[in-house]
Amino acid sequence: MQFFATIINGLSTGGMYALVAIGYTMVYGIAKMINFAHGEIIMVGAYITYVVFSLLGMPAFVAIIASIIGCALLGVVTEKVAYKPLRNSGSLAVLITAIGVSYLLQNVFLLIFGSAAITFPSFLPEGQIHLGGLSISYVSALSLCLTLICTVLLLIFINKTRLGKAMRAVSEDKGAAELMGINVNNTISLTFAIGSGLGAIGGIIYGLSYSLINPYLGAMLGIKAFIAAVLGGIGDIKGAMVGGLLIGLAEAFTITFISSTFSDAVVFGILIFILLVKPAGLFGVNVREKV
Amino acid sequence: MLKVENINVHYGVINAIKNVSFEVNEGEIVALIGANGAGKTSIMHAISGLIKTSSGRIEFLGNDITKEPAHKVVANGLAQVPEGRRIFSQLSVQDNLEMGAYLRTDSKVQEDLDKVYKRFPRLNERKSQLAGTLSGGEQQMLAMGRALMSKPKLLLLDEPSMGLSPILVNEIFDIIKEINKEDGVTVLLVEQNANKALSIAHRAYVLETGNITVSGDATDVAKNPKVREAYLG
Ligand SMILES: Nc1ncnc2c1ncn2[C@@H]1O[C@H](COP(=O)(O)OP(=O)(O)OP(=O)(O)O)[C@@H](O)[C@H]1O
Ligand SMILES: [Mg+2]
Repeated sequence: MQFFATIINGLSTGGMYALVAIGYTMVYGIAKMINFAHGEIIMVGAYITYVVFSLLGMPAFVAIIASIIGCALLGVVTEKVAYKPLRNSGSLAVLITAIGVSYLLQNVFLLIFGSAAITFPSFLPEGQIHLGGLSISYVSALSLCLTLICTVLLLIFINKTRLGKAMRAVSEDKGAAELMGINVNNTISLTFAIGSGLGAIGGIIYGLSYSLINPYLGAMLGIKAFIAAVLGGIGDIKGAMVGGLLIGLAEAFTITFISSTFSDAVVFGILIFILLVKPAGLFGVNVREKV
Repeated sequence: MLKVENINVHYGVINAIKNVSFEVNEGEIVALIGANGAGKTSIMHAISGLIKTSSGRIEFLGNDITKEPAHKVVANGLAQVPEGRRIFSQLSVQDNLEMGAYLRTDSKVQEDLDKVYKRFPRLNERKSQLAGTLSGGEQQMLAMGRALMSKPKLLLLDEPSMGLSPILVNEIFDIIKEINKEDGVTVLLVEQNANKALSIAHRAYVLETGNITVSGDATDVAKNPKVREAYLG
């Protein structure tokens, strides 16, 4: 019984990591950069829901939509203001800028909301869903469902639609994509919007799961999701989902069967292990290009 | 149809293209030949809008396209098959062709797709295969098919013979002639394989370190002793 409960716990946290990991992976795929401010965008998503629901008294779905739109815009603006001017500079400059944006967002929210944790609104029903002998909390169920739905929709979008294919074309060769008539700047903006919007959902799930939020929440969540993206093979959306779920499971099992203080160490251990054994990640393939 | 007037291209302080002027008339195949590093690709990129010119003017069908971004140039009916083909290796053959028609909203896209498959039957057999798994020759065909899917009036071809076996080179050049004759597509052809290029071109320009040094009818250029010595061995 404890075993199944651990699996459900793991998949639920893992779903949250997966949603955030997809943002890292999509942005990496198209802009070839690790958006280290992604974790902070998720933190902002959680705060927008708190402000709109708890402070403004709007309905939950309005708060959720406001978070998604707010984060999408924030992602797009961050790219335009901070990353786009550096598109032809070295990756170190971009990395440092991303870290800068991340601290900027964190500090702005520390200034507005202070460093003390705030109670996140719990707008989900109390209690558990009973499925056979298993009981699942509403947050876990929501987290898992949203992860699956978002991943499937995203895969359909990327693989089947004209815009999604254009996105993949841009991620492979921006110049060639321009020659097709694809507006590369708009495509990059769209990618940041989708990744950040999904991140907002991740932030809301975080708030619902842990009921307390503070301006630092994006840091650890961001790093773990980043590890999930690397584990799956950065750039690969399926990989980000599987990586997220695996990291969630690894954490849950460590907490249940070893010790909760050990769980972060296990996650970072996984990162080191992949980097040593299969740097391209589970789904990463080294494509050989013909000349 | 295409008028290039006194363009300059700089990479930092390097003046890669120096006051180059030439034109391409409707219906022609014009060859631009030159050695490695002469600046052929830079000219193609400047026309397509992938790089900025530092001065000069590029006019296509009477419109000034000098400052137009690359993704808008295509819409005028000007497509490029870039050097090294640059097909989207992670997309299927069919998706690559669809990307070629990215801006088109007319109802003839399917018809043109069938036409491309008829012209390149090998692509038809490999529709759903990832483009990166095609052979070099097939990738060249895909790059050409992809450019044709935009229904261009002018097609820029940057070294289509690069890395291909002599038999394939002949096949590709036959197809270029066909595209020009049957579909009425005007062609600007960049080549190091001067022999081949001059054999199908109507007119030609020779580019040396950023300057056009010889120009004229392809047959005359082919007879020019300087050109024979430098490019035709
Ligand atoms: N991005 C760049 N940055 C700096 N210099 C460049 C760049 N691209 C081209 N050059 C320089 O400009 C000159 C012309 O290059 P270009 O690629 O246009 O030549 P090319 O005639 O196409 O050569 P090839 O036959 O080898 O393809 C070369 O000296 C090259 O080194
Ligand atoms: Mg070249």
